[in-house]
Amino acid sequence: MELYDVIIIGGSSAGLSSAIYACRRNLKTLVITKEVGGQAAEASKIENYPGFLEIAGKELIEKFQEQALKAGAQIIFDEVNSIEEIVKAEKIEFLVKTSAGREFLARSLILAFGKTPKKLGAKNEEKFLGKGVSYCAVCDGPLFKNKIVSVVGGGNSAIDAALYLSSIAKKVYLIHRREEFKAFEKNLEELKKKENVEFLLNCIIKEVKGDEFLKSLVIENLKTGEEMELECDGLFIEIGSELKTDFVKHLVKTDENGQIVVNLRCQTFYPNSEEVRPGIFAAGDVTNIPYKQIVVSAGTGAMAALEAYNYLHEIKTKFSADWEHK
Amino acid sequence: MIVEINEENFEKEVIKKSDSIPVLVDFYANWCMPCRVLSPILEKIAKEFEGKIVLVKVNVDKASKLVEKYGIMGIPNVKLFKNGEIVDEFVGALPEEEIRDWLKNLGIE
Repeated sequence: MELYDVIIIGGSSAGLSSAIYACRRNLKTLVITKEVGGQAAEASKIENYPGFLEIAGKELIEKFQEQALKAGAQIIFDEVNSIEEIVKAEKIEFLVKTSAGREFLARSLILAFGKTPKKLGAKNEEKFLGKGVSYCAVCDGPLFKNKIVSVVGGGNSAIDAALYLSSIAKKVYLIHRREEFKAFEKNLEELKKKENVEFLLNCIIKEVKGDEFLKSLVIENLKTGEEMELECDGLFIEIGSELKTDFVKHLVKTDENGQIVVNLRCQTFYPNSEEVRPGIFAAGDVTNIPYKQIVVSAGTGAMAALEAYNYLHEIKTKFSADWEHK
Repeated sequence: MIVEINEENFEKEVIKKSDSIPVLVDFYANWCMPCRVLSPILEKIAKEFEGKIVLVKVNVDKASKLVEKYGIMGIPNVKLFKNGEIVDEFVGALPEEEIRDWLKNLGIE
């Protein structure tokens, strides 16, 4: 089994920034991510990342990826579902297993997987993932040129996705379980003006149907109780995101919101303890670091990588690790 | 140099060509980030296996008929053609080792 100096879980601003820094320190680096980009890639316009007056989120993250690859990082697209700590002769290693059945060993870990898009919970949703069901309109949207698509959700990300898709797809249904939206009025008004967009309000999706690919959705109107089948080729689920840290809770301390607790050096702690946990670092939106911003994620990603380097080379710095308690 | 395939030359460069040598087709797009991870790996392998396989690329944005014909709903999508037929395929940016194993199972090593 391949042994890496550092395995970074997550491929958005925090993870890719970590990868750049780790590679530049000559660490053998693997990034495992479900997709490159995370939430940052979904932003249509970013105007607060220094160095770019204005840039699309996806374009910015593409540059992050390009830079990480150029620095020598290996990136694989997979989902980590378990991590085991292996202690042998005072040396710690981590066994990382993925849902595709891959296994890797690492001398250190950087947890930078941010938030995960929420699942709808409709029947067959997972079966058609990548076969019509998507959680990222900007990533997969272009494949639905002149097709019929549905967007589900009532927040800004759903409205943004529907607006974007209305310029690509033949027809866009916006399915929302309420009548009210939690989105910017301006964008909502713009969407209402689109001729190829139809709103299906007070509706939920019960089932996703198809053969090899998605073909239709079974929709229930919550007001009338009526069910209908809606033909469509693509379903974009934009109902927000959540922290999914359960698979690391046996390794590191999390707070009441499920965020991984870190100190000023992006070190983590043992569960329910004030003791720094050697070998595991965390960065970005998955941590309790305030301000969920791309620049903050990138900055903490760099810190986590430098800290991992120090850990691997047993470099002691003069800062005490337990700065949080006096 | 990797040949860029379009709707016009697909028949010649893939279907016909695969009668004499297995053709590996990389369906990609410029906006697809996993594709950018996969492409250099495929290029490296293809260079190594020169004379045993030919690698070509199809930009899905410029080849909607091929996308339709082969039912491509997710990219990167890599198909191996022999004698004009698809013998196997995979979707997603697989690690280098797994692509080598995949080719090995198809008799290419």
